[in-house]
Amino acid sequence: MIEIDIYKKLAHSELKAKFNISNGERIGIVGRSGSGKTTLLRILAGLEKSDGEIKVDKDIWQDKNIFLKPQSRKVGFLFQDYALFPNMTVEENLKFGMKNQKDSARIEEMLDLIELKKSRKYKPNKLSGGEKQRVALGRAILSDPQILLLDEPFSAIDSELKEKLRNELLIIIEKFNLTTILVSHDQDDINKICNRVYKIIDGNLNFIP
Amino acid sequence: MDLNNFINSDFLSTVLLTIKLAFLTTSILLIIGTPIAYWLSSTSSRIKPIIETAIAMPLVLPPSVLGFYLLLLFNPEAGFGKFIETVFSVRLAFSFEGLLIASVIFSLPFTIHPIQNGFKSLPKSLREASFSLGKSTFQTLIYILIPNIRPSILTASIITFAHTVGEFGVALMIGGNIPNETRVASLALYDEVESLNYDIAHVYALFLFLLTFIILLIMFRINKTEN
Repeated sequence: MIEIDIYKKLAHSELKAKFNISNGERIGIVGRSGSGKTTLLRILAGLEKSDGEIKVDKDIWQDKNIFLKPQSRKVGFLFQDYALFPNMTVEENLKFGMKNQKDSARIEEMLDLIELKKSRKYKPNKLSGGEKQRVALGRAILSDPQILLLDEPFSAIDSELKEKLRNELLIIIEKFNLTTILVSHDQDDINKICNRVYKIIDGNLNFIP
Repeated sequence: MDLNNFINSDFLSTVLLTIKLAFLTTSILLIIGTPIAYWLSSTSSRIKPIIETAIAMPLVLPPSVLGFYLLLLFNPEAGFGKFIETVFSVRLAFSFEGLLIASVIFSLPFTIHPIQNGFKSLPKSLREASFSLGKSTFQTLIYILIPNIRPSILTASIITFAHTVGEFGVALMIGGNIPNETRVASLALYDEVESLNYDIAHVYALFLFLLTFIILLIMFRINKTEN
């Protein structure tokens, strides 16, 4: 169970979010540009500070006295630009966050799952948008996160490919039963992948039944 | 001294000393300059403008001003200079060690600015992705950030090296033109011109001209290949 109750003053508005996520649940967050969707993910990942509390099972990630660094939070963050390391191959990117980097069986399994076994020695600049996304997702999953945060994962993808990639993403998330928060301005992304939806309206996070 | 004898003796030792000074200055600056450049590229601290100004000062400050203050600082009879001499038995004024410290300070912007610009050019998400994958700032620097700004590191190294080779004002104030200790090629050239030894001055001038040309050429070739 992840319990979130945070407040942050933004440049032109504010962000208030209070909600709980059960393990394995997939939450979608929609809202217009600048409403604080990405900021909420960054706060959860420890990349930005805010007021309030974040509790994950028995661990406190943030309260009045505690602020865990991003390194100490078990978060898999899929950045909008994927943030693949340009100096590393597909395989090296996947290995980077693993506790046991010698666990070659796990890497092979992931390369199989993301269908990039043949491209394992490629650098990210040789990959298509969809392939980059799969590497970034695989890398995040191999770091054994307690929560997966997806920031506009399809914003850089052609509309024709979107449907295929949504299906692939959902298959991978379901396979690992990952607790997920997906942020998107596209309601279709959310409907396809998430089982609970919130919308940020005037800085408040509202549940959409 | 005829030209042949000179090339076999004074010239070689001066050239070696010049290259040794430039090599050590560049190495020290890469080690201390890279973390400073990273800090400057990622911080929003209030003291950042002050530190940036201090680092950029050698770009516009007459070298003799910096040389003068360092000479006072290195005075073996008082303060810092006395402390270093007492504790480490190293005299900084008119010594190679003092010249090295002065060169490091004077070349700071030539190392830090290209590396800082390199860090700034990288997407912030690379650093944040590494942090989210559990890596410390040091690991992120070593495995992600530095390997992805290789052209900037190379530019910083080469410009620092070339700048140190060509440095004159600080070397004159701090070094004192002592053979085998602080007499670098730029000082030797000046000395030989003053003594009207134009043949020998030509050798130094040509050496500095060619060395600077070659290292800049190497930098442009490598940067072209990297791009």
